[in-house]
Order: sequence, then structure tokens, then C-alpha cells
Amino acid sequence: MHSNAVLLSRIQFAWVIGWHILLPAFTVGLAAFVAYLETAHLVTGRRIYLDLSQFWLRVFAIAFGMGVVTGIVMPFQFGTNWSRFADDAGNIISPLLAYEALTAFFLEASFLGVLLFGRTLVPPRMHVFAAVLVAAGTLFSSFWILAANSWMQTPAGYEVIDGRYFPKDWFDIVFSPSFPYRLAHTVSAFYVTTAFVVLGVGAYTLRCGRAVAEGRLMMKLALFFLLIFVPMQIVLGDAQGLNTLEYQPAKLAAIEGLWDGGRGVPASIIGRPDAAQERNLDEIAIPKLGSLYLTHSWDGAVKGLKDFPPDERPPVAVVYFAFRIMVGIALLMLAVVIVGLFLLRIDRLERSAWYLRLCQVTTCLGFIAVIAGWTTTEVGRQPWTIYGLMRTADSVSPSLTPTDVALSLIGYVLVYLLIYPTGVFLMLRIVWRGPATAHEETPIASLHPAAPIKAALSPAAAPATPEAPT
Amino acid sequence: MPTLSLTPVWTVILAVGVFLYVALDGFDLGVGMLYRLAPDRPARNLVMNSIAPIWDGNETWLILGSVGLLAAFPVAFAIIVPAVYFPILLMLLSLIFRGLAFEFRYRDAERRTFWDNGFAYGSALAAFAQGIVLGAFIQGFNVEGRHFVGSSFDCFTPFSIFTGVGLACGYALLGAGWLVMKTQGTLQDWARALGRRSLALTVLAIAIVSVWTPLLDAHIEARWFSWPNIALLSPVPIITLVLIWFVWRALERGADFAPFLGSLGLFVMSYIGIAISLWPMIVPGHFTLNEAAASQSTQAFLLVGTLVLLPIIIVYTSWSYWVFRGKVRADIGYH
Repeated sequence: MHSNAVLLSRIQFAWVIGWHILLPAFTVGLAAFVAYLETAHLVTGRRIYLDLSQFWLRVFAIAFGMGVVTGIVMPFQFGTNWSRFADDAGNIISPLLAYEALTAFFLEASFLGVLLFGRTLVPPRMHVFAAVLVAAGTLFSSFWILAANSWMQTPAGYEVIDGRYFPKDWFDIVFSPSFPYRLAHTVSAFYVTTAFVVLGVGAYTLRCGRAVAEGRLMMKLALFFLLIFVPMQIVLGDAQGLNTLEYQPAKLAAIEGLWDGGRGVPASIIGRPDAAQERNLDEIAIPKLGSLYLTHSWDGAVKGLKDFPPDERPPVAVVYFAFRIMVGIALLMLAVVIVGLFLLRIDRLERSAWYLRLCQVTTCLGFIAVIAGWTTTEVGRQPWTIYGLMRTADSVSPSLTPTDVALSLIGYVLVYLLIYPTGVFLMLRIVWRGPATAHEETPIASLHPAAPIKAALSPAAAPATPEAPT
Repeated sequence: MPTLSLTPVWTVILAVGVFLYVALDGFDLGVGMLYRLAPDRPARNLVMNSIAPIWDGNETWLILGSVGLLAAFPVAFAIIVPAVYFPILLMLLSLIFRGLAFEFRYRDAERRTFWDNGFAYGSALAAFAQGIVLGAFIQGFNVEGRHFVGSSFDCFTPFSIFTGVGLACGYALLGAGWLVMKTQGTLQDWARALGRRSLALTVLAIAIVSVWTPLLDAHIEARWFSWPNIALLSPVPIITLVLIWFVWRALERGADFAPFLGSLGLFVMSYIGIAISLWPMIVPGHFTLNEAAASQSTQAFLLVGTLVLLPIIIVYTSWSYWVFRGKVRADIGYH
């Protein structure tokens, strides 16, 4: 076993999963948004929903395609780089991954084809149904992959035979202790992330002044959605934190930057955790507050990092800061939503150029929060692949040399550095061109799906007409 | 040990799943390889649109095949996949370019040639890499206990490189068959001409691999050439020869569907041939299917859902093919 092969394999996994997760963070929510728009169009018959759906479908096609090709990389990582883990835990993890393919990937793939290319080939209801099934597929996918991840975080329902893990109770495996919290918190995070993109794109569209009705509708939908989901997400995050306290105390201690456990522990607001000195430098902390929000009692007992041997502690600083980035973004998001709803209430949303510009900047907040949250939970799990049971260092494929992994890592780095900027640029370009507005619609009425796309590709010269219900 | 083993059931499911991947993404990748040879841009658009709505579903069988292997035979997955580390890497990176080219080529007009190349070479390299995996798998791996202990470069041998080229030729044949089925007029004539060339190369590859494989391994030689096996197994080469003649004739007489169906038949026969050579091993020389099988509980838990879901998947996948049935139209897909 080469320790450098372990380190490089970890970097490689972080690299491919980190980039990949940005796409489900966007497509899970966007699929639901498109399904909503398609349904709204079917029910109300209003043109604007169709225009918006077609606009977002163009973006979705790119994001989803990127999600598919970077997603296929993931299960193979278990084999190429983590084959000991695959052998030891395969009996438990594999059905969860297989169920993801069986319930989600085929559904998404088959109906995405119909959604993107079949508008004129199937009845309108069937087309809407395809949109709903794609959205459902993304949720099924989240369910199973997070079940697998949660089992690695809080293993349950297993037995150990000859050092390998075997299933004892499938319900306990699928619904492991952290799973309901993780599922709710993650899916909600994906929806919030998408809603902030919709909000930002709506703000940009409004500022351009080309598709005002479309921009306003996007912003309104996003703000009302976020009014419910951002506070809910904060509550869900708190619930997951309490679950972590119970089942992954070392991770929680790292999140809190809490070295000395005991009763009445302080809450560290900000500081610099120093693993060598086992304390936080330049720290601002509030006495007893930690116990209060973790145990709901001023004198509640909480374990500190020193209660765990150094080789069973996660890298504290990474977890500590990632968590604070996530929470900071959540508070920022809440402020953006409250201000936006206030402006909407006093009917100044469209005229508040500073707010529209702010919304453009906050478009990417959800993605940063998702990466920060993912880092918190995954780095916080270290040094284990299966929390408390199997070490990351013992999970790597024994045949790999550092050179092997360095070569593959270079390959993934180069390819991802090419495709991500390209993909983002292409999605941005669709946004820059904006949604089709009412005057560009005649070709759709004559059932030529090509025309609105072409129209969107060439800047429209026709004069704007008021939105007309069809 | 359980009295009723589910391993045979899983062997069949996995065998069918892997074959469906090879057949379905095989023709996609073949279409991708032939793509750049199409006469002009409208023709290339049609070629790409013939698979645009379905390639994603086809590629999903690759995921099912890999996690299905992990689920049914975990130790085989843990040995085989690291042993073919670089071919898998090459395949994954190639599939990224192939998959993204659909959207990117269309949206990124300034760099269309780049994505055209990404589509064509991505398809070809993915096919080549899968062929290397196949060849390395047939040759077997350096195993100690439950782990692959050889070098990550062991899988590159003259034989595996040859099977890489051979599989790419076979995929090209499937792709040409698909295009004959989905196109008309001069484009169809073009696909037929490529089909004839691909068929010739595929036949050559099948012949060489059929001779080379028994030479690699005395067990495989005995499997095919000992009495009475040689008589019992003789239908395999005979049917293969008949199919080759059938595909050739179909391409000559201008049939629409027969070249594709006949090419699929050739893949079925090659697949059966490899299975006969290796049976009952899942890690040749080290683990039989039974030895590598997952726990009964794992097999049962996944089987329940698979038996329900797989027929449903096949129904709606077939429906999505049905939606896009017939000759590919210029107004459906990317323009």
C-alpha cells in the first residue's frame, strides 16, 4: 500500500465528485421547475409558461448531459481506486447503487429524450408526463445515492463476517440513522440552489428589459418558493446537525471546533483551529451557547475532539471553515429573500437595479453552499470510508501506484477543466439570449420545434408585443 | 450454504444486461465512429439525430452492467476494475467527449469541428478501450487472495490491443446497420458501403480472435476442440458463418432492417463464444461464478426490485424508441 496512492485517490475522488455534485444540485431542482412550467402551461394554456419551459429546457439539456457523463465516472471509482471498499462493502452498497440505475437513470434517460425532442411527436399530456417523470427520476436518484452515502456515514443493519460487511436488515441499511435528515437537507439544498439560479436569471432578464414578463415571473416564483424553502432548509440543517451529534460525535466536534468536551460548552463563532496545539487561535466564542443549541440545555454534555484519539479525528480546520461558509451563505440567502419579498410587496422589485444586480451575484451561492456542505459531511467523516469501521487508507485498490493515480488524476483534471468552463459558458449564452417572447411564437403553433430554437440563436429583430394567452 | 442459489438467475440477468449495453451503446458508438465520414453537414446532423434521443438510455446499461457486477459478484468487480484501470479511464474520458458533443456541438458553433472530433474520436476510443477490457478479461489477471496484485499496465497486451480494434470494427458494423435502418437515399447508400467494409473487418477480427484465444489458454483449447465438445459446439461457428453471409446479402440487396438485425446476431454469437470459452469463471483462473457470488441476502434484495423494474424499463424504453421510430427526420433533434 502506497500512502501517496491513497492521498491521490482521495484528491481524485474529491475532484470528480465535487464537480459532479454541482450538476445534480442544479438539475434536480431544474427538472422540477420545468415539470412545474410544463404543467402550468397545460393547465392554464398561457404562452409564457411554455416560453419559460423551452428556455430552461435548453439550459437543462446541457446541465443534464454534463451530469450524465460525469456521473458515469462515479461508480467506476469504487472499482478503479477503492476496490477494497468495493469488496468489503459491496454486499451492502451495491444494491443501493443498482436501484439508483433501475429506478432513476433509465427513467430520466428515456423520458428526457421525449421531453427534449418529442414535443411534436407525443400528445401534450404525454409530454408533460415525461417532464414529471424526469423530475421524479432525479428524486429517486437522490434517494438511493444518499441512502448509500448515509450508510457509509452512519452504518446500520449489517454484520461483519471475516472482516467484510454483510446485510442483516435491509430496512435498517436503507434507512440508516442519518438518511432521512441527509435526504431532506440535500434535496432541499438542491431546490434552493436552483431557485437562486432562477432568481438571478430572472433578475438579469428584467435588467435587459427584453422579456420583462418572463423575468418578473421567474423572480416571483423563485422568491415565493424560497420564502418557504430557505427557512425550512435552515431547520433541516439544524436537525441533521443534531443527528450528527448523536451518531458522528467526532465530526460534530470538528464542525464546532470543540477541543475540550464536557458540560456547558461554548459556541465557537469564528477562529482558526490548530490541530497541533489542539486549540483554536484568535477565537471568538460565546460561553455555554454550544451546549444550549446542541443539547437544548445550558449544561448539556458534548464530546470534544480530545475525547477521540488523534488518528480518529477528521481534518478539523477544513470541516470547521466549510461549515461556517455554508451557514454564512444560508443567512445571506435568507436576507436576499426577505429583501426581495419586501421590494415585491412595495412594488419596487423591477426598479431596484441594485437588488437585481445583487440577485445576479447570488446566483452561484447555492453551489458554493452545496460544496461547503458536502465538504463538511465528507471530510468530517474522515478518517473513515465507513464511519468508525473501515478506514479510508484501507479502502484503496492495492495494485495502484502513485504514478497510476497521478496519471488518471491529470486526465480528469484536464478534461473537467475543459468541459466545465465550456458548459457554463454555453449555458450563460442561452441566458444572455434570453427566453423567447410572445412575438417569436408563431413557428411553434405550426409545430416546428426547430424554429423557436433558431429564433433564440439569432437575436430577435421583431418588435415586442404584449404577452398574449393562446 | 443456502439450498436454492440465486446465482444462476443473476448470471443470466447480468449477461443480458451487459449484452444489452454492448448491443445498444455499441451501435451508438459505431454511429459516432462513422459520423465524421458522412459526406456533408446535413448528413452529419441526420447521423447524430438518429441517436440523439436514445443514446443516454443506451449508456445507462453501462452503469447497470458495472453496478450489477458489483452487486452480483462483488469480488469480481473488485479484481477486474482496478486491473483495467487505464482502459476504464480512457473509456470514461472518451464517453465524456462523446456524450457532451451532442449538446456542445450544436450550441458551440465556433468550435463545432472540435466537438465533431470529440464525438467521433470519443466514440472510437471508448469502443477501443472496451475491447481492451474484453481482451484483458479473457487473458485473466494476476490475483492474490481477493485482490488484483499486478501492474495497472498488465492489461495492455498484443491480444487485448487487437480485441480493442476488433470490437471497434464490430461497433462500426452495428452503427452502419443502424444507419441503414434509419436513413434513406444517398445517405443510406453511404451507410451500406461502410457496412460492407465494417463487415469485412469484423469478420477478419472474429476469425483472428477465434484462432488466437485457444492458443492463449490450454483450457480454452480443450473446451472447444476436445471430443465431443467439438461436435456439440460446432453450431456456434456454423451459425456465425451463416449470419455473416446473411448480413452481406442484406447489404447487397438493399434491405432496411436485416443488416442491423444480422449484425446483432453476430454479436450474440461472439458473446456466446466468449461465454463458452470462460464458463464457469467470472475472474478467469481464480473465481467461478459461484465463488464470487454476493451473499444470498444481497442477491434476493436486489432481485425483487429487478424483476419488477426491468420489465417496466424495457416497456418504456421500447416506447421511447417507438416515439422516434422510422427514418430520421431533419426537423426532430438538433438542427
